[in-house]
Amino acid sequence: MIILLLILFPLAASLLLVFSGKETAKKPAFLISLIELAFTFYAYYLIRMEPASSALSFNTPWIASLGINFKLTCDGISMVLVLLTNILVPLIILSSFSKEYKNSNAFYALILFMQMALIGVFTAMDGFLFYIFWELALLPIYFICLLWGGEDRMRITFKFFVYTLAGSLFMLVALIFLYQHTAGPAHSFDINALYAAGNSLEAKPQAFVFWCMFLAFAIKMPIFPFHTWQPETYSTAPAQGTMLLSGIMLKMGTYGLLRWLMPMVPIGIAQWGETAIILSVIGIIYSSCIALVQKDMKRLIAYTSIAHVGLIAAGTMAFNVQGFQGALVQMFSHGINVVGLFFVVDIISSRTHTRDIAQLGGIRNSAPKFAIAFLFILLGSIALPLTNGFIGEFLLLSGLYQYNAWITAIAGLSVILGAVYMLRFYQNSMLGETNALTAPFIDLTSNEKAVLIPLIILVVGLGIYPKPLLDLTGPAVQQLINTVNVIKP
Amino acid sequence: MITLFIISLLGIIALLAEILNFRKLLPVITLFGILAAIAASVAEWNNPMIIPAFNNMLVFDNYALAFSISLCLITFLWFLMAHHYLEIETALSDHYALILFSLAGAIVMTAFGNLVMLFLGMEILSIPLYILAGSRKTDLSSNEAAFKYFLLGAFSAGFLLFGITLIYGATGTFQLSQMNQYITQHANEMPAFFYAGIILIVSGLAFKVSAAPFHFWAPDVYQGSPNMITAFMSTIVKIAAFAGFYRLFSTCFASVESSWSQVVWIIAVITLLLGNITAIQQHSFKRMLAYSGISHAGYLLLAILAINTQSAGAIFLYTLAYSIASIAAFAVLEEVFKLKGNDGISAFNGLAKRNPLLAFTLTISMLSLAGIPPTAGFFAKYYIFNTALSNGYFWLVIIAVIASLIGVYYYFKLIIAAWFKPADDETLIQLSFMHKLLLVLTILLTLALGLFPGYILTLFS
Repeated sequence: MIILLLILFPLAASLLLVFSGKETAKKPAFLISLIELAFTFYAYYLIRMEPASSALSFNTPWIASLGINFKLTCDGISMVLVLLTNILVPLIILSSFSKEYKNSNAFYALILFMQMALIGVFTAMDGFLFYIFWELALLPIYFICLLWGGEDRMRITFKFFVYTLAGSLFMLVALIFLYQHTAGPAHSFDINALYAAGNSLEAKPQAFVFWCMFLAFAIKMPIFPFHTWQPETYSTAPAQGTMLLSGIMLKMGTYGLLRWLMPMVPIGIAQWGETAIILSVIGIIYSSCIALVQKDMKRLIAYTSIAHVGLIAAGTMAFNVQGFQGALVQMFSHGINVVGLFFVVDIISSRTHTRDIAQLGGIRNSAPKFAIAFLFILLGSIALPLTNGFIGEFLLLSGLYQYNAWITAIAGLSVILGAVYMLRFYQNSMLGETNALTAPFIDLTSNEKAVLIPLIILVVGLGIYPKPLLDLTGPAVQQLINTVNVIKP
Repeated sequence: MITLFIISLLGIIALLAEILNFRKLLPVITLFGILAAIAASVAEWNNPMIIPAFNNMLVFDNYALAFSISLCLITFLWFLMAHHYLEIETALSDHYALILFSLAGAIVMTAFGNLVMLFLGMEILSIPLYILAGSRKTDLSSNEAAFKYFLLGAFSAGFLLFGITLIYGATGTFQLSQMNQYITQHANEMPAFFYAGIILIVSGLAFKVSAAPFHFWAPDVYQGSPNMITAFMSTIVKIAAFAGFYRLFSTCFASVESSWSQVVWIIAVITLLLGNITAIQQHSFKRMLAYSGISHAGYLLLAILAINTQSAGAIFLYTLAYSIASIAAFAVLEEVFKLKGNDGISAFNGLAKRNPLLAFTLTISMLSLAGIPPTAGFFAKYYIFNTALSNGYFWLVIIAVIASLIGVYYYFKLIIAAWFKPADDETLIQLSFMHKLLLVLTILLTLALGLFPGYILTLFS
């Protein structure tokens, strides 16, 4: 039942926060997210000790006449993302402590509501339920960006909303289509029934299902050429909104790809997977090139995110154990790193009131601790060995190599380009002469340390000792691939 | 059956109230009367011996009972909402009587067993509405609305009647059951004018449900009529017309589906696209709702086209979800209209600061109309798509998906206006108890139908 608790607790807390009407909701919200984290660790403990524990799954009929169940299961794959979500949410809340948001109770309630929906997405094992949580996760972030966002937010958030909704509606059509091909007369939305249905389809319908679902996930991640909403939305959203979007919400797309698309339609992937991988790789190179000339730091990080996620998608679609495991490890690492980077950017921009890299420089002289913290996060992001980013990217590239060496070679450029633009960013902002803007730069406050230190520990810790993550994902990935092989006609 | 009696009786009581002078009691009597009517339908549920009334003219099977309950429920909500409007109108008892008679007509349309009753039901439903549309006697646009509604309504009645006549000519009966038998036996040897009759009936009904290209009356009539009357028109008429539409086509014309499915397919596509695209450009909320109502008729036509075991449930759920959301939207509109005197979308600016409950209701109602989970509108739309896909209407569903994306644009305009645009004056809006009750009821119903639609669907399996 712990899994139900993981979903209901943030939901109840968010409703309480809204109706409490209290203006100072920071601390209660932080406390709630810590308790949630404790539950998550308990769940993690359970999954390591007895993976088949009944506490980790929940199943009850919801709309029985349509074969829709409220079915949640937390296996190793889900656990990675649940862990990521519940580790990041307290840090994101903590990162907002120096800020005063208007109607803060609504702000934190929306964050907690989103947490609930995200955990739902990562654990739902019923197509209909998955779709509901998928949409529910969109609503709070839409309102967060709209209510607390920056300039021109109405147009930008609206574009974001319609873009993602378009993708999800196509996914809904694909899910209904699969549902109707499940063994009748009583159809079912159960994930295994959907797998079976998808595998039994002819090549043409499989291709159709593939594109409908791929569209939804590609928009969410985003993959070139469906990325146009992303840089704008990331840069206009409030800092916490951007962290939620890039750190966790983006993983809905990669998770969906891994869990809901790859095992579903093998023929469709055999036919079209290469096209999709090429799109992802184009996205990697394209966004890296834009990042090279980007002057606005928030947009720079947004573009690096497209590059990283492109590699995750390509590795996933290579469809082998390394690729899958690499994708999961990298989802986790990327979540940690990108949240760290956006937090760093937020610290710089709130102190200097600019996001233009050219105007910065020499921050290291005034804030050495900050410079060190930034360096750690940055190294994780460019995948230096002994950081978390390395493990993920290495596995992804080796998975992709088994698929096609040439594509891997091109995708591998992302590592080099990534080092170039990130180090240049660091050089231009941290090193060099201090100027009027950066001279009064205050070093890290204790709140900021409280956010950055856990992130750095994760960056380095997982880089040196990734075993927990690999042990967690290994059996689950193997099981997923076995399921596919069993169903395969 | 008893439901129909109770509603008709209530109408007569409303007329008597004027003569016997107990007008003050009328609201209470009506509300309780409608509840009694709902209870009567519930009591008749699953009656193994469906007693065909009046020589099979009316058949109150479960389908009819379910739609009667839905109609009564919406009217109940409508009376809660219109309570205040009716108080300040001079001809209180006339209004009550006309609305109740119209409801009686709607119930007849759900339960007809004979084509004559379909026609009568439609006329009983429409004639009071022609009067009510023009009930602001001194207002020019109200007069225009009544006139347009009447003229075009008369046309559509003509189409329907002509279609019924042709079908009678081909089959020799008005009775649905006998007609069904005749058509299935002679499916391949029906004369050409039989098919012409079907198309005429489709046209007549398309007028009533305001499907394109028979929709031109709807925006003007909706805008010109008093707000509350528009709310009644856009909900009750749509439920009744679709209930009748499906009852007729599923019992009689399912076996000759190929003769009319293409026509309905085209009507559905035009309705979906035209309704949604035109709604974008509207500045008046009421006119926007009119076009959105047109587009919702398009979604409902998908269920008619699919004509399978799920269709009845899909139509029921969709009309109910749509009507509840519409009632909520009109309730908010009426409050804003009372203060601002206009129904432009900018009149909703900053509503959240002036009254959060109103803004919240508006948000839920717009989310439901746009089909976003976890509202009733989402599930209803999902179920319609499911129904249509199971009969292979694949491209139609894709078009409907695109149409509903367009829909999001204009529904969200209201949400953005209510929450994010600054208000020009920030005085709080006070609500009466009745209105608060209504708003909370619509929110709860919308969420409950979205989260637990299974209970409704079991009614139709």
